[in-house]
Amino acid sequence: MERDEVNRVGAGFSRREFLKGSGAAVVAGAAATSAVEGPLEAQQPATKIISAEPHTIKLNVNGKDQNLTVEPRVLLIDALRNDLNLTGCKDVCDRSTCGACTVLIDGKPVYACTRFAIEVVGQKVVTAESLHSLEKTDDVVTAFCKYDAIQCGFCTPGFVMAVRGFCNQNPGATEDACRRALGGNICRCGIYDGVLKAAYDTAQIAQ
Amino acid sequence: MVERKIGWEPQGSHTLVGGEIQRVDGKVKASGQAKYTNDINTPGTLFAKLLTSPHAHAKLVLLNIEKAKGVKGVKSVLAIAKVGDEIQYEGWPIVAIAAERPEFAEDGLRAVEFKFEPLPHFVDGSDFKGAVEADVTVGGKPLKLTKSVGKSGQGDVEVALKEAKHVHRGTYGIHMITHMSMEPHGSHAAWDGENLNVALSTENVSGTSGQYVQPVGVDAMNVNIRCDFLGSGFGSKSTVDEWDVACAKLAKATGKPVRLMLSRTTEMQIGGNRPSAFAEVTVACDAEGNVTAWDSRHWGSNGLQGSIVDHDVTPYVFLPKTRQSVSTGIATNCSPERPWRAPHHPQACAYTQTALDDLAAKAGIDSLQFFQKNLNLTSLPHIYGPELEIAAKLIDWKGKWHPRGKGSGNGPVKRGVGVALHTWDGAANQSNVTLKVHSDGSVEVVTGSQDVGTGTRTCIAQVAADTFGVSMSTIKVSLGSNQFPKAGPSEGSSTIGGVTGPVRRTAQQALWKILDLVAAKYTVERTTLTARDGKVWLGEKEVCTWKQAATLVGPMGLELYGGPVTEDEGLTNHQVGGVQMAEVAVDTETGVIRIVKMVAVQDAGMIVNRLLARSQVYSGLIMGIAYSLSEERIMDNKTGRFINANLNDYKLPRIGDIGDLVVEFYEPESEYKRGVIGLSEPPVISTGAAISNAVANAVGVRVPVLPLTPKRVLDALKGAKG
Repeated sequence: MERDEVNRVGAGFSRREFLKGSGAAVVAGAAATSAVEGPLEAQQPATKIISAEPHTIKLNVNGKDQNLTVEPRVLLIDALRNDLNLTGCKDVCDRSTCGACTVLIDGKPVYACTRFAIEVVGQKVVTAESLHSLEKTDDVVTAFCKYDAIQCGFCTPGFVMAVRGFCNQNPGATEDACRRALGGNICRCGIYDGVLKAAYDTAQIAQ
Repeated sequence: MVERKIGWEPQGSHTLVGGEIQRVDGKVKASGQAKYTNDINTPGTLFAKLLTSPHAHAKLVLLNIEKAKGVKGVKSVLAIAKVGDEIQYEGWPIVAIAAERPEFAEDGLRAVEFKFEPLPHFVDGSDFKGAVEADVTVGGKPLKLTKSVGKSGQGDVEVALKEAKHVHRGTYGIHMITHMSMEPHGSHAAWDGENLNVALSTENVSGTSGQYVQPVGVDAMNVNIRCDFLGSGFGSKSTVDEWDVACAKLAKATGKPVRLMLSRTTEMQIGGNRPSAFAEVTVACDAEGNVTAWDSRHWGSNGLQGSIVDHDVTPYVFLPKTRQSVSTGIATNCSPERPWRAPHHPQACAYTQTALDDLAAKAGIDSLQFFQKNLNLTSLPHIYGPELEIAAKLIDWKGKWHPRGKGSGNGPVKRGVGVALHTWDGAANQSNVTLKVHSDGSVEVVTGSQDVGTGTRTCIAQVAADTFGVSMSTIKVSLGSNQFPKAGPSEGSSTIGGVTGPVRRTAQQALWKILDLVAAKYTVERTTLTARDGKVWLGEKEVCTWKQAATLVGPMGLELYGGPVTEDEGLTNHQVGGVQMAEVAVDTETGVIRIVKMVAVQDAGMIVNRLLARSQVYSGLIMGIAYSLSEERIMDNKTGRFINANLNDYKLPRIGDIGDLVVEFYEPESEYKRGVIGLSEPPVISTGAAISNAVANAVGVRVPVLPLTPKRVLDALKGAKG
């Protein structure tokens, strides 16, 4: 139930769309898609097996198209961090547990370590860095500062993106809904109280 | 006349100090723009990864790195261990590989050929009998795993126990946990000629350069350490470790910058842990509930060294006149202990104050009254007394306490409340600062300290801005470099006092010099001038603006150096007291405990920043909830492995698991006047005992070992039924 309401993980966006629709030469093998639900025709074995060699892909990150050359095995988190120097998405747990690498993909919060870089071609990726500049600071960042939902700050950008995604989808959410929605992120310092207040505030502003 | 005396203003007179001021680096942190060591990607940076031992005790009999050298993208392979080495714990570093991408480094690790010859091991520090009987060797010689690490006593305990009205005997325990810093240990190293430039994830920026000298072969003067942002450490990041040395060596071998951060599993295995502690306790009181005797025997492990919780903190806070205790350390094939937030206090508090609570129940006395009655056995009754009253009101102790297991309601979920209290030294560390007032009025403060998450930059800026009567944006704080004035490590809640003390003193001295210049220029009496709201005042009359005053220092600016604080200056002090109360709901059918509410009342002398200070107490409560309910380093004695060394199975609370947290500072004038005292360690100490006591109150039996997992709760309930 939580998962439905929150839509944190799952095939909300379609890697199949990428495989079907992308004009790129990159087509993933059947093995990579077999676990994903979807229309029957899309589950047909792919006609081409993707090579393990590096491929040049175009990623749309924070509103900008960026070309990069990566092996198909490179995760989105590593492409963002190591190729694009967007280190706001943190590599903490090595196993899709802690949420520190949360980014928005087509508006929905997703762990960047659960996607290959080549999977998100054609989608819009948004990282925490885009939420603050000299000109403009996003409401989530402002609320995190107000309630001091920050200590060492290492898990914070992941939390910020989880809150941003949740509030986009659930404007006016109750405190209880915020609490249930943000169970996908771990903090060690102990900022949960501030995060909850910041999330509630942001959800009300988003209304 | 305005008295010129180093010190803080009277309570309520500061403009910024003591206020709720947001972090100056909050936005860059929240938006992921802050660069931690883990994020340093200077051009050409290579990524390094470690191969570590899967065995707790073994001999390395084969190591071949040649194939790994030929793997695509691999730039350098460094053997850290050599054939014949005796590996003494799981996670022991064997090989480090630097490659163009992290994926290539992993390919390289897979190509390393190695073979271990396993040796007998012992990893279960809770098993005293097993430790005595274990057949473990080191260098082929038998190793005695248990050793006495402390014995003390005063008075005749036997007589006191005989004369007591109530005697309680119990066995208690608290398991080993790891630091689990979000940013793992590690560094980014780059050579520039003779210079070694290191971004190090450290709580000890000023004290680490020398640790590179011998292992790397570099002069200390050529080692530049930086740490702008630190993804926490909790006491575990004060040293340069063998993997940091490997990183510097790989950088030298490749002529490129190299970043080596531990993987999460390795971080949990070797990045630091808090010792376990188990105790057999006998404690007694008279008919009125006055505690008359304590007798304990305890054991536990901190890994290879074979020590345990510091004997001096047993019993904890409450010191009956007649008491004795003996401690036995158990050596285990586990990585060594590192200081964990309030070292040893949480464990000692847990086994002392749960035993006292059990004695109160046996004597039929309300736990709170029992603790209050015995405050004369503590060193801070004047603090704990009022704090207990405040906490009792905040949690509604009178309305919620009931005799053990006798709460209302017939359903399976039982509620209860518990109390515990703690102390911590929190003296300021030895930090130096330079403070420069520029002729445009802007102010720079520079120190070799670090921000571990408490808000060092913010507190420094606040104190300087408050002293000069200017806005926060007028102050620039630079820290995190060993090129800056030497500052003590962030250990034991010593940083905020350590840096704000010298900043306050130096800012006051700078201000007085500037006011003297203003007095000369505007021909007014110098000691009547004050600075506030960006202006200089003679009483209620404006003399000039701060900017005009600052021009008087001339184009070179005014630069002062501030040495470490001493307590006789009145800026800082040590020793605080705090109390915590917990309300829990326990499902007696599933054993699941839910935190309903936690109340923390904390003394910290003078609070510098109320917003950030509250965060520290929330932090203590939440880390306390973690080690109380779910967090445990589970060592499997059969395989010698830390079987839950990952964030799926090493259970930390999430946002829905913490209940309602209430934080209150106890800051009467008497405590305010003492100045700044460290705050981060104390609130993590008594959470365990408070929660355990609340559970005992709820279900009527003691669940003796932390964390209070559902299985331990059900086992305790089953044991009570017989």
